[in-house]
Amino acid sequence: MSTTLRPAASPATPSSARTRGGRARTSPRRWLLVVALSVLALLMIFPLYWMVVSALTPGGQSQSSEFYLWPAEPTFANFSEVFSTQPVWRWIANSTFIAVVATAISVCVSLGAGYALAKYRFMGKGLLYTAFLITIMIPIQVTLVPSFLVVARLGLVDSPWAVILPTAFDVVGIFIARQFMLSVPNALVEAARVDGAGEFRAFFSVVLPTCGPLIGVLVILAFMARWNDFLWPMVVLQGNESLTVPVALSTLTNNPAFASPWGAVMAVATVTVLPILVVFLAFQRQFVQGISSTGIK
Amino acid sequence: MSRPDERRSRLTPYIFIGPAALLFAAFSLIPIIIAITLSFQDTQTLGEGQWVGLDNFAQMGSDRLFRTALVNTLVFTIGTVPTAMVAGLALAVALNRPLPGRGVLRAMFFVPMVAAGVVVGVIMSWIFNVDYGVANNALAVFGIDRIPWLTSPSMGMFTLIIVVVWTRIGFCMVIYLGALQSIPAELKEAAAIDGAGRWSRFRSITVPMLTPTTSILLILNVVFSIQAFDVIYVMTGGGPGFSTTVLIQYVFRSAFQDGEMGYAAALGLVLVGILLVFTLLRQQASKRAESFL
Repeated sequence: MSTTLRPAASPATPSSARTRGGRARTSPRRWLLVVALSVLALLMIFPLYWMVVSALTPGGQSQSSEFYLWPAEPTFANFSEVFSTQPVWRWIANSTFIAVVATAISVCVSLGAGYALAKYRFMGKGLLYTAFLITIMIPIQVTLVPSFLVVARLGLVDSPWAVILPTAFDVVGIFIARQFMLSVPNALVEAARVDGAGEFRAFFSVVLPTCGPLIGVLVILAFMARWNDFLWPMVVLQGNESLTVPVALSTLTNNPAFASPWGAVMAVATVTVLPILVVFLAFQRQFVQGISSTGIK
Repeated sequence: MSRPDERRSRLTPYIFIGPAALLFAAFSLIPIIIAITLSFQDTQTLGEGQWVGLDNFAQMGSDRLFRTALVNTLVFTIGTVPTAMVAGLALAVALNRPLPGRGVLRAMFFVPMVAAGVVVGVIMSWIFNVDYGVANNALAVFGIDRIPWLTSPSMGMFTLIIVVVWTRIGFCMVIYLGALQSIPAELKEAAAIDGAGRWSRFRSITVPMLTPTTSILLILNVVFSIQAFDVIYVMTGGGPGFSTTVLIQYVFRSAFQDGEMGYAAALGLVLVGILLVFTLLRQQASKRAESFL
């Protein structure tokens, strides 16, 4: 699990831990550690397990004070009930549209900004970069009302663009892109220029092709952030039909329409987590890289 | 960067950074400026505001709820940050060794991170439900009385801290794992040859080598904790009473429930101020620490 992000040109060195681990004998004490860690790990994933179990548990059993780990009669009734009474497909479609479009835009914006910050000198660069970084410190709650006023002035309230446009500026993404581009050799860009390529040709046909790992990380981070986003979409999306899944989920907990509210809520929660979980399992390495690159200077 | 063609490349960087700068101006800079102007105004309803100077800031001095929120924020931050970091470090050290099933274990510790705050909130509300929650149902098997995890003022904060630590451990673990792998193995081997035991090797080699990582993790975790909103909003909404109302919750409440935009903006700026001061102090401290080494 190497956690540094490098241009494709320089292959990552194998981690020392792995090569050392090749021939280690597993002692009884080590097995004890594995058992202890496994118990902890099971505890860590228990809440997600319980979400799925509760979604499959009939209302009668879930509303009881009896302890069980698997429903006596698992059923999809909670899913069919909530899918037939609420526009769940619509919510999923909204979330998907917003997450995909916002991710596409923000990744392009971050790549461009990161390249400019890493490879050019221009007036106002330091000021701009500092201003970008300071926004990380500013919680969305502080600017929630003013941002809403701006979006309302643009006539975007209740439209998916009200969510997409403000989130397309992604400071963390720009930061990661800049760090990555700094390690793209200047000689590469220089060579393209000597060959007579324009500034944009140099970017698109020489720099961008080395950015595969970077783009993977940016896409995963942005998609996860947008898919999981809550407060801002809750404020700007208002009709039940235009909600995203997490916002809709938060409104369901108090919905008296369901015989088994927790079963219905857990069914929608499962639907919310599933896509991200699949992406995580498929791209675990990039995921971990992405998360860690937010923690590297 | 050397300059190949001064004239041609003068405009290019602005084209590359233009979209980001434009979005930044529209959706960050302008709202921040509006927030700052609002903080000097008294606004009961949207739009019409009266200039009141520093009244909003002065008001905090006598606002009991502000003090409660400040204390709650401190308790929440102190409860979550060291716990998650120590647990993350312990797991990272354990999982940095060659163990059977190491990859699967790492993934299992990491997975809570991918769930949305709202999802975490609803799952945990259900698990810690006083009447039907699996936590109390399991404890009942051992004859332990039902615990009001979220419905009593004395327990709410504790439960929230557990939940947030749960989401944070994997993050700390992953960052520490990356740092551990960059410590040269020779260093530990040399110390082992010199007769240093496992614990003293950990204390005198691993911990100092991890200091820059710890420093960054500390800043990030404090920022995350001070900005933590979704989970608290879904699980307790700041209650019962005001026992789990942290600053960020109070900002939201002032703006949307009490309709006091000006006061909310002032509270928000104080919060940002706290974050900035903490970050700067921490950076100063780590710079000094590095110059000692």
